[in-house]
Amino acid sequence: MNTSRYIARSNAIAARALGDETMVMSSTNSTLFTLNEVATTIWEAADGVTPLDEIIKNKICAKFEIEPEAALKDAHALVEGLASHGLLLVSDMPIAKAGNACKASA
Amino acid sequence: MSLVLEMAAKALKMNIPLSVQLDLTYRCNERCVHCYLDHDDHGEMTTAEIKNLLDQMADAGVFYLTISGGEILMRRDFFEILEHARSRTFCIKLKTNGVLIREKEAARLRELGVESVQISIYSHRPEVHDAITKMPGSLRQSIDAVRFLRQQGLYVTMANVLMTQNASDYKEVRLLAQELDAKFIMDPTVTPMMDGDRSILELNVDSSALKEVFRNQELVGNVEEFCAPPAAVDQDDLDSLPCSAGHTACYVSPYGDVYPCVQFPLPSGNVRETKFVDIWRDSPQLKEVRTITLRDMPSCSKCSHGATCTRCPGLAYLEGNMRGPSTQDCEKSFARTGIPSENLKGKLAAPRPVDSAQLIQIKGLQPMVPNIPPRVAKGTALGV
Repeated sequence: MNTSRYIARSNAIAARALGDETMVMSSTNSTLFTLNEVATTIWEAADGVTPLDEIIKNKICAKFEIEPEAALKDAHALVEGLASHGLLLVSDMPIAKAGNACKASA
Repeated sequence: MSLVLEMAAKALKMNIPLSVQLDLTYRCNERCVHCYLDHDDHGEMTTAEIKNLLDQMADAGVFYLTISGGEILMRRDFFEILEHARSRTFCIKLKTNGVLIREKEAARLRELGVESVQISIYSHRPEVHDAITKMPGSLRQSIDAVRFLRQQGLYVTMANVLMTQNASDYKEVRLLAQELDAKFIMDPTVTPMMDGDRSILELNVDSSALKEVFRNQELVGNVEEFCAPPAAVDQDDLDSLPCSAGHTACYVSPYGDVYPCVQFPLPSGNVRETKFVDIWRDSPQLKEVRTITLRDMPSCSKCSHGATCTRCPGLAYLEGNMRGPSTQDCEKSFARTGIPSENLKGKLAAPRPVDSAQLIQIKGLQPMVPNIPPRVAKGTALGV
């Protein structure tokens, strides 16, 4: 599995933190998603320049009790899911312009 | 429970203003006969003030942002404001008459990721629509805007306000919306002006027109279910909240005034003086609104329509009591089910109010206090 992947939040979304969850809406089809606390941590770290495996190691495994392999497997599934709905950009290279879609604040 | 309702319930529990309507201006290029606004500029917020407010609202947790007016494109900084709002990842719905939206503007709205655009279409007939907006050519321009926006793939809603002038046209407007691949919504209520002036309520359609609307399957779905007698009010209903106004939603005027809702003009603070989040959390007015349940409404809590009524607390407030009934909604419940509300029963039983001048008039005799016109033309009987 290629772990040197980079993720960035798409510009074509609306997002807001609501407690420990995050609401994300695709502005292309108005579908609403909610991300749980772990997924929110990955979402907020999706700056386009930090590799996914580093996000998992530093943000997820440091904060939650989970084995790195299991966390990375789950993270890949999450990333694929979000990317398939156009919410997340995924690349094998750093994503130079992560866009102006800032992380959900509240 | 749908995800949207789930999030709304969570926001309610956490006291988060999930949705806000922000009016950028009350200025408008149309002069609609039923409009509830004064179109003069009394000191709109500047671009910097609005950007700062948007930052505050994002930090407070606002997700759904409706940007409305007046006509939003009357502000030269509209796209600058919109760009800033999108950079703070709001889910944005625009309300506009569309007159100033051409191909270029539609493309920019698409680029900025606006969620949807609502455009008012009063009739499919130019002579009716343009007479309502008092702007010749406005129907053609608004329809063009719908087309430009749809060409960009944006969701468009055509909003039709039902009033005496266009009462027979909603079916054709709905067909027009279908043809343009736009959503159609209809509002059967003309509301009082924000300053409380109720004269425009004369434009509301009569009960027979309302009945017809409520029995139109294409509009209401299952007519039998929609027009069924109301279910009995239970204890849960009595503890229920009237609507999201002040609970998970509020309104901000172009002057920074915060109200529970655009239709509920209870002054609750001003963002030029107090931070948005502090108004939201601490305003005594919003706190009072949040305490009101159906149980606290003397008339509505005893009404058989209590659990199913569309009662608008703002219209009740404009009628004089935010814990009271909204007669316009009572009339809708009556038109829908044929069962009068407690409020309407009371109105029917009470003596008809007349002013004192009418009381002392006896047909054929002079009033005791003659009502002399201020200007009397020479040669008339009173001018002698």
